[in-house]
Amino acid sequence: MSTIQRTYLDYAATTPVDQRVLEAMLPYFTRDFGNPSSVHIFGQRAESALETARETLAAGLGCNTDEVIFTSCGSESDNLALRGTAFTSREKRGASHLLISPVEHHAVSHTCEQLARHFGFELEYLPVDQYGRVNPADVASRLRPNTAIVSVIYANNEIGTINPIAEIGAICHERGIPFHTDAVQAAAYLPVDVQALNVDLIALGAHKFYGPKGIGALYIRKGVDLLATQTGGGQEFGLRAGTSNIPYIVGMAEAFRLAQSERQQRVERLLPLRDRIIGRVLEEIPRAQLTGHPTERLPNHASFVFEGVDGNALLMLLDVYGYACSSGSACKTGSPEPSEVLTALGQSRSWALGSLRVTLGINSIPEEVDQFLDILPEIVSKVRAI
Amino acid sequence: MTRVVVAMSGGVDSSVAATLLKQQGHEVIGMMMRLWSEPGSEAANRCCTPDAIAMARRVAAQLGIPFYAVDARQIFRDVVVQYFMDEYAQGSTPNPCLACNRYLRWDFLLQRALTLGANYLATGHYARVAGDGSGKIQLLRGVDVQKDQSYVLSVLTQEQLRHALFPVGEYTKPQVRQLARDFGLPVAEREESQDLCFLGDKDYRDFLRQYMPEVEKPGPIVTRNGQQLGEHRGLAFYTIGQRKGLGISSLVPMYVLAKDTSRNCLTVGKEDELGGQELTARNVNWVCGDPPAETIRVQVKIRYKAVDAWGSVSPLGGSRVHVRFDAPLRDITPGQVVVFYERDICLGGGIIEI
Repeated sequence: MSTIQRTYLDYAATTPVDQRVLEAMLPYFTRDFGNPSSVHIFGQRAESALETARETLAAGLGCNTDEVIFTSCGSESDNLALRGTAFTSREKRGASHLLISPVEHHAVSHTCEQLARHFGFELEYLPVDQYGRVNPADVASRLRPNTAIVSVIYANNEIGTINPIAEIGAICHERGIPFHTDAVQAAAYLPVDVQALNVDLIALGAHKFYGPKGIGALYIRKGVDLLATQTGGGQEFGLRAGTSNIPYIVGMAEAFRLAQSERQQRVERLLPLRDRIIGRVLEEIPRAQLTGHPTERLPNHASFVFEGVDGNALLMLLDVYGYACSSGSACKTGSPEPSEVLTALGQSRSWALGSLRVTLGINSIPEEVDQFLDILPEIVSKVRAI
Repeated sequence: MTRVVVAMSGGVDSSVAATLLKQQGHEVIGMMMRLWSEPGSEAANRCCTPDAIAMARRVAAQLGIPFYAVDARQIFRDVVVQYFMDEYAQGSTPNPCLACNRYLRWDFLLQRALTLGANYLATGHYARVAGDGSGKIQLLRGVDVQKDQSYVLSVLTQEQLRHALFPVGEYTKPQVRQLARDFGLPVAEREESQDLCFLGDKDYRDFLRQYMPEVEKPGPIVTRNGQQLGEHRGLAFYTIGQRKGLGISSLVPMYVLAKDTSRNCLTVGKEDELGGQELTARNVNWVCGDPPAETIRVQVKIRYKAVDAWGSVSPLGGSRVHVRFDAPLRDITPGQVVVFYERDICLGGGIIEI
């Protein structure tokens, strides 16, 4: 198996660390290894790295440095945003209503489900259209004075659809309700200016944009009050205890900086490739549908459902042929449950089980994408024949 | 280089099988069927728990081979578990492992292996395959007679055997364990699985109570001459030859002789009433493809762990046979599979009729 050409088409799952990012990180493992809380020079150097990283993030987010905290991953950021705000909103203004979209990442939906099941919150799901988009008017009509927090994903991981975050944010702001968005997928390709987006909280994870795994960040607008969920030392403005993971924070900042400065060229390179995938799949494979929005979608993201296809078998066969892709319903233990996102879009089981997600990135070259597209129809029909 | 899919279970035998194939230079892909899950007792189902999947994945990673878990829960339930329950409902004592081999491992999984472009499906069974010189494939007992598993493979056809590899069949179990240690496999000291995988740590009777409560249907326990000795809890809870747990008092030990589903009657008798010297079997599979033209002398196993008995098999037409043993056998049990051997060659087998 080692001899065949391997093509990675699963950048929405994770990305390789950029060489430049790795190099920025390395000194902080060994030479500048200090704890930023320490008084001595080792600590000062670490602290300086930490605050420089925070400035880098703040610059990209268009916010102040004291509005950015580092966490261990995108999921932790989502958890802190929702839990922290929910508890504070209830304490301060008796708000117990959670309003989220049905196409959230599990880091959001499962957190809210737990808040509902075990902590007495009321969870309401917004409707979405056939592309998985939230209509801002639906947010307006469902907001209540006792809404604790609204959360709508910026760009969905499974279907790539981009939500009208700025409009939703404006509505929430008008009513004074905290608005969170999970931008873990989006941040790799879309602007994350928090002023333009009208968000109060935004969750990021570095490994989706060529940073390391195990590091994330959360923007918290000044004035939005939230309860720490991990308590201990006073790190991260008292909102996230634990010794700062300096090498990873530095790596995240560098990766984030590159994502901002190279965004234009990354998007311009991948967008035509994405559209070639979508075009050829829909043309050449019978009983195939695009999932998610045709244009309002991540520039590196193509996702489909094929009727009568076992999505897991498809991924397996693609892997054997050397193509690493993903599927909404896929799970490495082989669970065949159709994904909640595709179900929310109204896909029937016989379609939803046959999902395929192809996501592009730094090493995606047109030749390999074409080879993939050349063989995909045959692989789909093989799986249909099982 | 031949592409081989290995059915991995996270146990010692299939892990060693995968390693041997990899060492022989094959392009190996590990696959595992998720067969059963029951909320709450997932950990107890030995063969396909998330734990076993994780272990198989670990072995695959160590070998540097791809590994895929495929979900087979629906078909396993519909085909194997349903068969298990139906047979009990009819007063039989089934062996679902044969149904699993026939419909799951050597059909469902083999099909997926072939779709992946594999030429062979390998398993960790203690059995062997060999050409007979005329283009047919023979199924042979494993070298380790204690561990031989050709019995559960007696349902295979020539077409399936053409794609079958049993790498550990050439070794004894202690040798396989030693190989696992030598290869540094994390599964070397894992315990042997017993019983039926989907029972977990339950007794089959508890399983039946849970999934088909209608089998709890008390009726009389009688002797051959009609004397009633007590009450049984439901025929499915007893097997032929069973002595313990009958709940009757008698001067001499009494054994289960027969189950009469039409009268819901459990017939018991003394030890010398037990057994018989002949049986008929249905759904007989002949591994070579064709039934023998006339009566043949064979060695016979009437259950998985039974010792061989000599006898004669006569085709009855259709897929039925008549078997006459040289000496009476104690516990011929309807629903169990009778398998025929000529020395080491597994000729085939069928289901013992009532």
